[in-house]
Amino acid sequence: MSGDDSAWFDEDAGPLARPYTFTRGRTHVDRNDLNMITLVVALRSHHGGELDHAHERILACCQNPISIAEVAAGADLPLGVVKVLLSDLIEQNYVLFRTGLASPSAAASPDTLLKVLDGIREL
Amino acid sequence: MEYVSSDRMIRPAINATALKILIAGGFGVGKTTMVGSVSEIEPLRTEEQLTERSAGVDDVTGVERKRTTTVALDFGRITINTELILYLFGTPGQDRFWFMWDELAQGALGAIVLADTRRLASCFAAIDFFEERQVPFVVGVNCFDGSQAYTVDEVRAALDVDPFVPVLLCDVRQRASTKEVLTALLEHIMSITGHGRARRAVVDR
Repeated sequence: MSGDDSAWFDEDAGPLARPYTFTRGRTHVDRNDLNMITLVVALRSHHGGELDHAHERILACCQNPISIAEVAAGADLPLGVVKVLLSDLIEQNYVLFRTGLASPSAAASPDTLLKVLDGIREL
Repeated sequence: MEYVSSDRMIRPAINATALKILIAGGFGVGKTTMVGSVSEIEPLRTEEQLTERSAGVDDVTGVERKRTTTVALDFGRITINTELILYLFGTPGQDRFWFMWDELAQGALGAIVLADTRRLASCFAAIDFFEERQVPFVVGVNCFDGSQAYTVDEVRAALDVDPFVPVLLCDVRQRASTKEVLTALLEHIMSITGHGRARRAVVDR
């Protein structure tokens, strides 16, 4: 810090601080298996009061399989924040995520590419 | 705008494979329009907060603290079937910071670089980005008003892309046109992967 208190009112810093209060300051997840197109789904409905508001918001967004990018858009939170909150929910068995897709290039087999191509042609 | 498929809202399975294609180019070139022209959902927006790693940018001011910048992406979705979902991400045009977004390129199937012949230079950075990261890409030259002042060959020469990189004219407002560009990209990816990986072709330049 520069020691100048006005830095806190710097508009560059302004709204950015708040979302990370949801994550209690955590900006990174330990797991590296969550990316913007990782699919997640809520495993069970929870009973009110178990979770804080931010986690509930995330859980509400993934009642059906959905990408993390869509969860972030739905919850109106930055991707990084959503990943932290989702990793909490995954650890507590509220949410399941698609495993085994470490390298999406591995998933893009000729067969997969052909299916995508056909799908695009059918649009 | 109508979106592609209110009649085909397929619910993906949790074990579905999700893939992504990036759409990059200068500010106002039509990236989000392109996403919307084929997406089954109205384009959504997601944000990431990136920390500028280099202190160099601020050196002149003597301020070396890290800056956090919010970078937004507009994206759409095409559910191919319950097992295969394609996401199209439009990278932010004006913001130089998206080039630091490592996750963006990681695992991307490929990319479309949208070019505007009035401001060709605005897509150079995107081309460099994908070349460096060995992401296969095609160039779509968006013809805004139907008139095309330059030929594909002229654009290709001006952009100095490799001869094997497809360059196409397109109108991103038209679903059919966007489909053509996506098709060209998929065929390009398949031709590259059929003869070794894209990275090899890039290294051999």
